[in-house]
Amino acid sequence: MNIQAEPTAPRGGQPETVTATDRLQAVAAGRDVPSEVHPEVLEATPVLEIDRFNLWYGGKQALHGITMPIPNNKVTALIGPSGCGKSTLLRSVNRLNDLVQSVRITGDMRLNGDSIYDPRMDVIELRKRMGMVFQKPNPFPMSIYENVVYALRIDGENNRAALDEVCELSLRGAALWDEVKDRLHDSAIGLSGGQQQRLCIARAIAAEPEVLLLDEPCSALDPIATGKVEDLIQELRGRYSVLIVTHNMQQASRTSDYTAFMYLGRLIEYGTTSGIFTKPILRETEAYVTGRFG
Amino acid sequence: MNSDRQRPRRMRSSYSSLTAHGEPWVWLTGGALALAIMMITGLLAFIAIRGASTFWPVPLELVELADGRRALGEVSEKEEAEAATAAVTGRSARRLVRTANFEVSGKHYEWFDDAAIAEVSRPEWATALERLEGGRFHGFPVRLLHGDEVIAVGPEETWKAFEREHPAVRRRWREVMRIDRHDRGRLQRDLRAARLAVVQAGLDAGTAAANSASVSAAQAAAAATEQEVIARVNGRSAELDAQTAALRRQNEGWGLEVETADGIKKILPLEGIVRAWQPNRLSTAGKLGVYAGRWQEFLTDDPREANSAGGVFPAIWGTVSMTLIMALLVAPFGVLAALYLREYASRGPVTTAVRIAINNLAGVPSIVYGAFGLGFFCYALGGSIDELFFRASLVADKQPTFGTGGLLWASLTLALLTLPVVIVATEEALSAVPNSMREGSYACGAGKWQTIRRIVLPRALPGIMTGLILAMARGAGEVAPLMLVGVKKLALDLPIDGTFPFVHPEREFMHLAYLIYDVGFQSPNSQAAKPMVFTITFLLVAIIALLNVAAIWLRSRLKRRYVSQQF
Repeated sequence: MNIQAEPTAPRGGQPETVTATDRLQAVAAGRDVPSEVHPEVLEATPVLEIDRFNLWYGGKQALHGITMPIPNNKVTALIGPSGCGKSTLLRSVNRLNDLVQSVRITGDMRLNGDSIYDPRMDVIELRKRMGMVFQKPNPFPMSIYENVVYALRIDGENNRAALDEVCELSLRGAALWDEVKDRLHDSAIGLSGGQQQRLCIARAIAAEPEVLLLDEPCSALDPIATGKVEDLIQELRGRYSVLIVTHNMQQASRTSDYTAFMYLGRLIEYGTTSGIFTKPILRETEAYVTGRFG
Repeated sequence: MNSDRQRPRRMRSSYSSLTAHGEPWVWLTGGALALAIMMITGLLAFIAIRGASTFWPVPLELVELADGRRALGEVSEKEEAEAATAAVTGRSARRLVRTANFEVSGKHYEWFDDAAIAEVSRPEWATALERLEGGRFHGFPVRLLHGDEVIAVGPEETWKAFEREHPAVRRRWREVMRIDRHDRGRLQRDLRAARLAVVQAGLDAGTAAANSASVSAAQAAAAATEQEVIARVNGRSAELDAQTAALRRQNEGWGLEVETADGIKKILPLEGIVRAWQPNRLSTAGKLGVYAGRWQEFLTDDPREANSAGGVFPAIWGTVSMTLIMALLVAPFGVLAALYLREYASRGPVTTAVRIAINNLAGVPSIVYGAFGLGFFCYALGGSIDELFFRASLVADKQPTFGTGGLLWASLTLALLTLPVVIVATEEALSAVPNSMREGSYACGAGKWQTIRRIVLPRALPGIMTGLILAMARGAGEVAPLMLVGVKKLALDLPIDGTFPFVHPEREFMHLAYLIYDVGFQSPNSQAAKPMVFTITFLLVAIIALLNVAAIWLRSRLKRRYVSQQF
């Protein structure tokens, strides 16, 4: 960890109670630090509300009282150094962390008003309302076509026409249709890395998810493939609510509407992307987004 | 002093650079691999060469001894005289000759000291005759006879006449055999079924005394059916008798007079001669013909003479069907067990203990599985099946149906034996499926079983196939447990054949691995059986290799379809 202790003047008329180093050091020391949430975020209609969410892996707390609304039909980026809990938070949204033994949580999240962690919530039904794309492309060992319609297949949909339609729409939505329309029934394994990742996005949007979770979708891709996936995220904006975890600051600034900066399991600052990147409230956020620490 | 201290340091540095470069380890590991490959290829080449050369027609040599005795045979072994031991043992160079003609000389093979041999030659008309009974006969053709009629005289004429007449005689003989075994066998089975139906009706009457009227009616019906069947069988038997008698009459009287090297003449019935060849006259093409013919007989015919001659077709059939049934049985069991262990069972001491127990199961001697199979499958399970469904046979013939060794029980026993191999391999294959695939499926809203069935199993299939290949190779080569649960020295009724219901899992069967033991160590004519042992071993190895190649081909196809090349 390398913290730049550069004294800069506070701005925006906000009362500066702690200095840059102070706040991060306080987090490192385990003290509670309030999140700075820009007012614009609160004005937007949320699709997903995270409410005082805590998560422990065994005895180790990984998320500390995260409270943040995710705006509807917007792209929200989660940034922060490695191990800050971005991916854990993302995996908590569709309860993939349930698969890990020894995970314990308090607090709640609400998807369009439905409590995600309600004991009566059917996890499988819940996951059908979301789509997720992982760090490494993980096409299933089947044809391109079957990959895309997987979510419908497991729901028992066997109507050929309906499946064909969803397949084409999703592949078009993922900007992959023109590349694969002639070999839909070939194995998905034969696609390139970038195509595989876009296939995974097509698979994730096939079931019309209420929120799309992207977990560092470009970290295993080369720059050209990354560019295509980023263009795709741009296109998805406005049609889907996207929550994207990224390591790449340029990516966050290019693709997202809102950005949240996390550090060691805590939400430090959350606002519009332009706000976070151009006039952050906290010096720590500025230090991170300008690459001076992290 | 200073130079003294420098030397050990240099030694050490050169040593450390040696380990750093790793040259000795390359040699060590490479050497170990080379040694292993040499041993394996050496063994396989030995088996292949000895096994493939069994049927090659070897020249017949006429050995004339100094004391005037003569013998005709194939030289099967030569021993050099060793100067050092010759003085002590008094043994000079000698050769082992397959003299055949057991009924004349009382032996199949004889050693001749080179010192006692006056002359060795390869007479043109020397003939080797393979017979149905009594082993080989070596001699010179003299006359071909048909009853009192002499068809041909002199070696050349006789041989020509023999080659002309022999195929027809053999064809008639085979037809007789087919009628006796196949058609009569069917009649016997019909007869037995009708008889057992009567017994069964009697048994039903004993248990259901309540409405005796209908029961006694059933009994009467069964008895009537039996009479009908008996009448039909008798009629058909008479027909068959007439057919076989006619064929036998045609074959009667055909004989080949052969003179042995010692000048003894014998008339051999033509229908008892399986094959005859004159190796000293044969061209290479002719030899190839004899070679191919003997291979064909070996692969497609039933065994003769206590399995030491003839073919091994029933054993091939038994081995392949048993191995395939075993694979069909062990695959679902093993895969399901491994699925539970890997995908459902929570990790803990119990799971670990179960896993260790399964691994240890692979180390239990196979004969123990045989004893278990005999006690549990044959006696307990088979016995109950007999009690429930085949009581008539048990009461009337005192003959168990399922309550004894058979194909099904042998396959089950071997499935049990190979279960640990499949479970361990499947578990490895399942754990090699990347977790990201499972998560991707869960994220799409799939349940656990949907994920396993659609994602995990297809992806793990090549690895599961590897386990099955190993299990099949192990199962096909196993002998000890099979001796207890259904493999017999001779079982000509195939467990899968054309008679209803086509699959007879209760039948005893023959197995190549057991045949190796039987022919090699239980044969009365062990010298003659020795080459057969190599041939059967060669065949067994080839069949296992063939099964494996088929499975590997399937696996590579699955791999291409399901397993991604990681980038």
